[in-house]
Amino acid sequence: MSNNRKKNLTSIQQQYQTFAKDREKKRPVFKNCIKAFFVGGFICTIGQAITTFYMYFFDFTEQTAGNPTVATLIFITMLLTGFGVYDHFAQFAGAGTAVPVTGFGNAVISAAIEHRTEGFVLGVGGNMFKLAGSVILFGVFSAFVIALIKTILIQWGGL
Amino acid sequence: MLTGHRTWIFENKPVIVSTGTVGGPFEANGNIADDFDLLHSDLWMQQDSFEKAHKLLMEEACIKAIEKAGIQKDQVQFFLGGDLINQITPTSFTASTLGTPYFGLFGACSTSMEGLALGAFLINAKGANYILTGAASHNAAVEKQFRYPTEYGGQKPPTAQWTVTGGGAALLSNEGDGPRVTSATIGKVVDMGMSDPFNMGGAMAPAAVDTIEAHLKERGVDSSYYDLIVTGDLATIGRDIALDLFKKHNTPIDEQRFLDCGLIIYREGQPVQAGGSGAGCSAVVTYGHLLNRMKSGELNRILVVATGALLSPLTTQQNQSIPCIAHAVSIENGGA
Repeated sequence: MSNNRKKNLTSIQQQYQTFAKDREKKRPVFKNCIKAFFVGGFICTIGQAITTFYMYFFDFTEQTAGNPTVATLIFITMLLTGFGVYDHFAQFAGAGTAVPVTGFGNAVISAAIEHRTEGFVLGVGGNMFKLAGSVILFGVFSAFVIALIKTILIQWGGL
Repeated sequence: MLTGHRTWIFENKPVIVSTGTVGGPFEANGNIADDFDLLHSDLWMQQDSFEKAHKLLMEEACIKAIEKAGIQKDQVQFFLGGDLINQITPTSFTASTLGTPYFGLFGACSTSMEGLALGAFLINAKGANYILTGAASHNAAVEKQFRYPTEYGGQKPPTAQWTVTGGGAALLSNEGDGPRVTSATIGKVVDMGMSDPFNMGGAMAPAAVDTIEAHLKERGVDSSYYDLIVTGDLATIGRDIALDLFKKHNTPIDEQRFLDCGLIIYREGQPVQAGGSGAGCSAVVTYGHLLNRMKSGELNRILVVATGALLSPLTTQQNQSIPCIAHAVSIENGGA
């Protein structure tokens, strides 16, 4: 893609792009990875604590405790997003807050808050899944493809 | 009048009679908080949407400028302004409140100087007695339109810029006291094929360099003629690139006197990544901070080069490049 685009550029444009690229401040990828690792791990630890809590105090098993755990994490995300803290936290943590279920929750909730001014139906309803919609679409589709492969392997592959 | 290809010299030297600048909470914590006429402690500004708050910024800046000049609203002949929101509605609503004949401008972050250049031209040609010109931007309203929802936790790269919440307006006239607009160079669109909306400084730097070099050449002055050359919102990365481009073109520019509005407005340590941007950025810094320094006699001649990235969210998603522009206006102290 980017190679294709480059071909359409004049030589002056290409020269400038290399010139500008040299002066561009790079993302601190390594530092970001370390931060994401620890923050993501921290969120997962909280998740594990919540799961244990549900199993210990309520009638949940390791299999069934997943749903209330996710719901609780998303509820916490909702509060943090609504109070305007989550985005500051995310600027620090990067993928650490984006990859766990909290990132998905934040994408839905922030869009819902943002479009509240345009009304409940066209505003909140129409825009809530603006960012998260593609996650759902491609998530469901990938699950479908994997299920298909699994079925084929079991039926004909003799697994 | 017209000098060279795209530079206007204003013989009548239109006067900036008064200005009005309004800022938000983030700007109140910034470097030049004292230079604002009005600061809001809350992004909502008691409105029920960010877009309405955006309109308020523009409105208050205009009303403040008119008030400070001691004239009435109906003495203003034309209002020239713009912002970054779809179809520049905040400015149009402001024009409706003011009730003055109105030209809506879109030059993205270069709108402030586009308005000042056109306004000075009209005054110089005796097309009006009073002209009001301004530009504004609101962080949340603009982010909502160009990027992600305000509360969305996406990590921004170090090249990204922070949209200024602020509105700045200036009232121009043929008579009165104040700094004078002496010349203007209109920019042409420079497109270097850059397409990263999180690195607008890098995209806009060539446009700024092009306009500054054209201005110096057509006006026949050296860069040392100006006490300061101030770009609109190139921020750290764009400014460095611009300085290197000048070096490459053998245009002598004093680094100490080459500043950027996006770097003046915020304090070190505020989480703005590369610096400030937005239509309000160059407007509040020029009409507040810089003009105050001129009035105190600290500066006598400045060249303000407002830079604009003329992209839309749609063109970005379709992977098109960012067309950029820069307009330069010189403001000088001293007699008619």
